[in-house]
Amino acid sequence: MSKSKFKNPVVKWIDHRLPIFSFMDHELNHYPTPKNLNYFWNFGSLAGFALVTMIISGIVLSMNYTAHVDYAFDSVERIMRDVNHGWLIRYIHMNGASFFFIVVYIHIFRGLYYGSYKAPRELLWILGVLILLLMMATAFMGYVLPWGQMSFWGATVITNLFSAIPFVGESIVTWLWGGFSVDNSTLNRFFSLHFVLPFVIVGVVILHLVALHRFGSNNPIGIDVRGTQDTLPFHPYYTIKDLFGLGIFLTFFSSAVFFFPNFMGHPDNYIEANPMVTPAHIVPEWYFLPFYAILRAIPDKLGGVLFMFGAIAVLFILPWLDRSPIRSSQFRPIFKFFFWVLLLDCILLGYLGAMPAEGIYVILSRIATAYYFFHFLVLFPLLPYIEKTKPLPISIAEPILSGGATASAFAVREKK
Amino acid sequence: MNNSSSNFLLVNILKLFLFLIIFFISKTSIAASEKIVYPQLDWSFSGILGTFDRASQQRGLQVYKEVCSGCHGMRLLAYRNLKALGYNEDEIKAFAAENSVNTINDDGEVVERPARPSDRFVSPYPNDKAARAANGGAYPPDLSLIVKARPDGANYLHALLTGYVDAPAEKKVPDGMYYNKYYSGKLIGMPQPLYDDGVEYADGTKATPDQMAKDVTAFLAWASEPEMEERKQLGITVILFLLVLTTLSYFAMKQIWAPVKNR
Repeated sequence: MSKSKFKNPVVKWIDHRLPIFSFMDHELNHYPTPKNLNYFWNFGSLAGFALVTMIISGIVLSMNYTAHVDYAFDSVERIMRDVNHGWLIRYIHMNGASFFFIVVYIHIFRGLYYGSYKAPRELLWILGVLILLLMMATAFMGYVLPWGQMSFWGATVITNLFSAIPFVGESIVTWLWGGFSVDNSTLNRFFSLHFVLPFVIVGVVILHLVALHRFGSNNPIGIDVRGTQDTLPFHPYYTIKDLFGLGIFLTFFSSAVFFFPNFMGHPDNYIEANPMVTPAHIVPEWYFLPFYAILRAIPDKLGGVLFMFGAIAVLFILPWLDRSPIRSSQFRPIFKFFFWVLLLDCILLGYLGAMPAEGIYVILSRIATAYYFFHFLVLFPLLPYIEKTKPLPISIAEPILSGGATASAFAVREKK
Repeated sequence: MNNSSSNFLLVNILKLFLFLIIFFISKTSIAASEKIVYPQLDWSFSGILGTFDRASQQRGLQVYKEVCSGCHGMRLLAYRNLKALGYNEDEIKAFAAENSVNTINDDGEVVERPARPSDRFVSPYPNDKAARAANGGAYPPDLSLIVKARPDGANYLHALLTGYVDAPAEKKVPDGMYYNKYYSGKLIGMPQPLYDDGVEYADGTKATPDQMAKDVTAFLAWASEPEMEERKQLGITVILFLLVLTTLSYFAMKQIWAPVKNR
């Protein structure tokens, strides 16, 4: 305690007994971060921001929402019309879900591009996939709550998937519904789970951060940090960069909330749920469309369900499918090319998921689904054997083939 | 090094744009492939700065009251909400009092009383089944959210209301159905609602079907999104604030990062 870094006596007293200030100083202030991170590394903190936004707006919404089939739709409209700024809270929550997924998908593709899933960050990656899975469950159940036509029919279609499980499928669906159709008990449990799952996500996010801070961030070059000349303290370098990124994000987000709040939604969800009327096309929210396309690409119901969940499951074992020791695509020309193919493939799947399952769309979905699995299950393991990689730089601080200038960067850090 | 890293930023931004563009294109082509093309009108309330046209809304309320409300309810709207159209309290009270609602008196009997501004719009039918029974099995939907509940809602409504034409010779129109070129399937249960001078506008506007369709759509667009003007106004403020904040944080970032070499 004699050499405490804190001057304030109260902080000093508390920190000696509960080292929370030391912890924050270590993890948020001095935390060494590679100095070459590009803007794609902003999306982690943006995802955290989106999660907090969703939880806060969600709690306020829950104070005005009624989870009952007779009142749910009207209670949401009451929020829109009679609660002070209720429309703002709801549009933030509604568009926040979409933007959360946009941010997280970019975050995931960044991880894929720069090989952030490789040793020693396998668990970090796996926890991330787990967060994605939890987000999907949460978003799906949240979409049911306004009790519009798409809420009801989306819930019916997705819960019915479980009936494909042999022998026990029907019983499982009845158990999920709490009855013999999507009804009041389904709405109630979905509300309950939609409320609690975000806090489970918070828990996994904390583990995600603990795992991240064990070895620090990966970086665009993908080589390990060699010492302080390669890093910068998180504050102020990355706090200010994250703030700038947040400003950009909020500008896009606010444009959607204030000017196009229903652009990413479906008009049918402004029609109250009616079990007697099936909408012409039942489509999930846009962020589920690639998975929906995979589901419908397989002619067999159980097969479709297995492939759909397989599309996520394959991400869990990614660190062991890609055995190349080189992380960043910058030094893997073939891998890099196929990364873009995969991205386009996922976008195509998303497009196909929104199309009716007929004619050319079915054939395209099958090709796109086949490529998705080919990419991870065949291409990833094979590439290290056929790919000629580019030479890696010696360190982050030393630019490729130039050397020098290291000392000056070091000097800057010394001055600080 | 600096040059190539700014190139890299540019490339990243371009990539992001590509991603968004593909997403937007796919989204619009989804909409385009599904719908019949409606005439695209220049609504006063469309666009980032769009606001409602009060006079048109008031005429629209008149059309709703005299034509639509015979069959269509607007149960999410309260009479007090009409203040937003520019009516004063006495006008709203009088408007509400033309309808009556059931209430339970102190003796426990169900009695009727005139509607108050705090009441929701009284629906023409006591329940869905009564509505269907009175309309040959077709259910006249509640109009509170109709503009938000249809793709391209305002244009769709205007098109539908003016889309009654003579059926082509080969098309059989069954009893109780009507031919409408903008309705999906072309056969609709609603008879043509708007005819020349179907209502008499107090402000002297000529009540053509096209004019009435525009007015009632303006009214219904407001009913779907009563918060729209406040929302857009607040949006402008928020975006301006964010642009300033983002610009400041950009230069702060540049300054903080200026001494860092080789990144």
